[in-house]
Amino acid sequence: MLKTFRIGGVHPPENKLSASEPIQTLPIPEQVIIPLSQHIGAPATPVVQKGDTVKAGQLIATASGFVSANIHSSVSGTVIAIDNIKDAAGFSKPAITIKVEGDEWLPEINRSDKTESIPDLSKEDIIKAIAAAGIVGMGGATFPTQVKLTPPPGSKAEFLIINGVECEPYLTSDHRVMLEKGEQVLIGVQLLMKAIGVTKAIIGIENNKKDAIEHLQGLATKTKGVEICPLKVKYPQGGEKQLIQATTGRAVPSGALPIAVGAVVQNIGTALAVYEAVIKHKPLVERIVTITGKSVVHPGNYLCRIGTPISKLIEAAGGIPEDTAKVIGGGPMMGRTMVNIDSPILKGTSGILLINDKEAQRKPIRNCIRCGKCVSACPMGLEPYLLAKLTMLNLLERLEAEKVMDCIECGSCSFTCPSSRPLLDYIRLGKGRTGTMIRNRKK
Amino acid sequence: MNKLLISPSPHVHSGDTIEKNMYGVLIALIPAFICSVLFFGMGAIIVTLTSVSACLLFEYLIQKFILKGQPTIWDGSAIITGILLAFNVPANLPVWIILIGAFVAIGIGKMSFGGLGCNIFNPALVGRVFLLISFPVQMNSWPIAQGFETRYIDAQTGATPLALLKEAVKAGTPINDVMNAEGFVTYKDMLLGNMGGSLGEVAALALLIGFAFMLFRRIITWHIPIAIFATVAIFGGLLHIYDPTQFANPLFHILTGGMMLGAIFMATDYVTSPMSSKGMIIYGIGIGILTSVIRIFGAYPEGMSFAILIMNAFTPLINRYCKPTRFA
Repeated sequence: MLKTFRIGGVHPPENKLSASEPIQTLPIPEQVIIPLSQHIGAPATPVVQKGDTVKAGQLIATASGFVSANIHSSVSGTVIAIDNIKDAAGFSKPAITIKVEGDEWLPEINRSDKTESIPDLSKEDIIKAIAAAGIVGMGGATFPTQVKLTPPPGSKAEFLIINGVECEPYLTSDHRVMLEKGEQVLIGVQLLMKAIGVTKAIIGIENNKKDAIEHLQGLATKTKGVEICPLKVKYPQGGEKQLIQATTGRAVPSGALPIAVGAVVQNIGTALAVYEAVIKHKPLVERIVTITGKSVVHPGNYLCRIGTPISKLIEAAGGIPEDTAKVIGGGPMMGRTMVNIDSPILKGTSGILLINDKEAQRKPIRNCIRCGKCVSACPMGLEPYLLAKLTMLNLLERLEAEKVMDCIECGSCSFTCPSSRPLLDYIRLGKGRTGTMIRNRKK
Repeated sequence: MNKLLISPSPHVHSGDTIEKNMYGVLIALIPAFICSVLFFGMGAIIVTLTSVSACLLFEYLIQKFILKGQPTIWDGSAIITGILLAFNVPANLPVWIILIGAFVAIGIGKMSFGGLGCNIFNPALVGRVFLLISFPVQMNSWPIAQGFETRYIDAQTGATPLALLKEAVKAGTPINDVMNAEGFVTYKDMLLGNMGGSLGEVAALALLIGFAFMLFRRIITWHIPIAIFATVAIFGGLLHIYDPTQFANPLFHILTGGMMLGAIFMATDYVTSPMSSKGMIIYGIGIGILTSVIRIFGAYPEGMSFAILIMNAFTPLINRYCKPTRFA
């Protein structure tokens, strides 16, 4: 029996169209737009000025605060603007625009493909290098990695869990990284283990990526303390709490962080970025992005410079199909729709999904027939029908008592509802209002 | 390319619909319907057709002229109510009584609350119990199953096994005398449906096939029916051990009367049963105990309908206090 999390979950059609497409390098665009806020926390502070020439890998904005991350130039060229741009959702956000000239990298960055061995580094050296490279959680949450690696006082990490689940339908970037850059990932994993001071790491991978499981199992025999854990295919296994339970059997209490049960969770892409930062001195300026969708001509996986307009990636995949109705950053279950496809690829962009007209239409909302399927689907053991109803009635105290704040917004409830009720839309609203109420109370 | 659509996640849907579930239940009811036609002949067809068409008609009229909404009759729920109402009445029930039953079921049991999803009580059972109280004679004359020989009007009638048992207990005769008597139903008869009873409740095996189908299609979960069966088995079993001359064995209770139909198709009605699996089990235990108590100690030989309706009333309370297992 394959391991998995205990309650709830759904199995959406996997649609991993680009699973067998090797990673290709996306050509460098004429200009890149690098937003100052690509992470959770305070936006970075620019350290370059309009007119400056920069090299690829050069620091252009520095972390401003404990929860923040450095930003580096992904190209060489001239800074032509530091102002507000329109982000993917249409909001105004500060960004540095760089006109590309050639492709000149900082000299200390090792760009060879050769896999290097692990030098003798202290815990502090590794975390420092990670912070300097501006690494954030690359599964999409974009929490600054160095913060996650520094557990709060009084808590102790027991193991590192690497998220290679990729439970979102369509997305294949982590899958390709595990297949093509397995060795580097494992070195990154060892560095992360050292950074948090644990001797055990578990890489959780869903069983629909058998080739990646086998490949990493083969490589892991040579590394001490790294275990590959095949998991039953079930969404949302990539959710932090679900993954910890699937791999270790431990349940993170309501409102607590993974460290409460001794776990630190990092994404596969983050492990690769850590390898590159620590061993190759390369900051986070590139990432692998899946471009996919049923109407896309050539779904694929591309190594993209951060700041490349999303439209360039779509062009590389054969252009935007005529019937495109939604452009989504991320997967179909939790991704966000975009209004501006000229907005840049960010550190947290794991995939771009184009949804066609046919799939994009929501069905009309009908009466709740109280079938309870949302209750069985909820991986947090909540009652989505009730939370939605309580939101409509604006009963915030009840919402809090019914644990609305535990909702991970995975969308299993809306996905499964036979009446096509937008349960998560309501729950998000209720969660937002309840969160505000709780924060105001503390003041 | 058109304008881009903006919406919150999730952007995909399972494709599950009300219709898929409702028509799934209808498919699951087919074996039981075939059995009733085989045993009760034309009567079964007349009663079922009348009930289904009346339910559809009443729902349509009420939606259109009173609620002034989009008619929703083809979502399948009114058809299920019609079939379940028919399955819960004798196969020789006069058409005019069926019409009254359908009106009560749909009009009072369902639409007065606002339609599908809003009712508190199982509509078919509301109709059935209304008829049982209003027309006790017609609702308690059970045609003897003679296949297509069974006449719809002036059918030969007999008592149900449960009624025979009740009479025996009232008269003070040991129930074994009744159960071992010549001509009393055998377990084979109970499984296949060769006994007196409402037209759809008799064939245990056919109902179990429907149960398996609904489980396979994930229309319902096992919790409610199994909780009911287990409770009846334990409750009936204890009494049977205490005094076998007065209390029938639990298998007899499970296979007779409306137990199978009720547990599999009526108690599991989405709208009126609890949402969480824990709640479903409590609800099932409640139905099991109430049915046994009514059957064994009450005035009626049969208690499934009352038990389900009573537990329907408890469903909101169960939902309120019986939370699913939280993640942590």
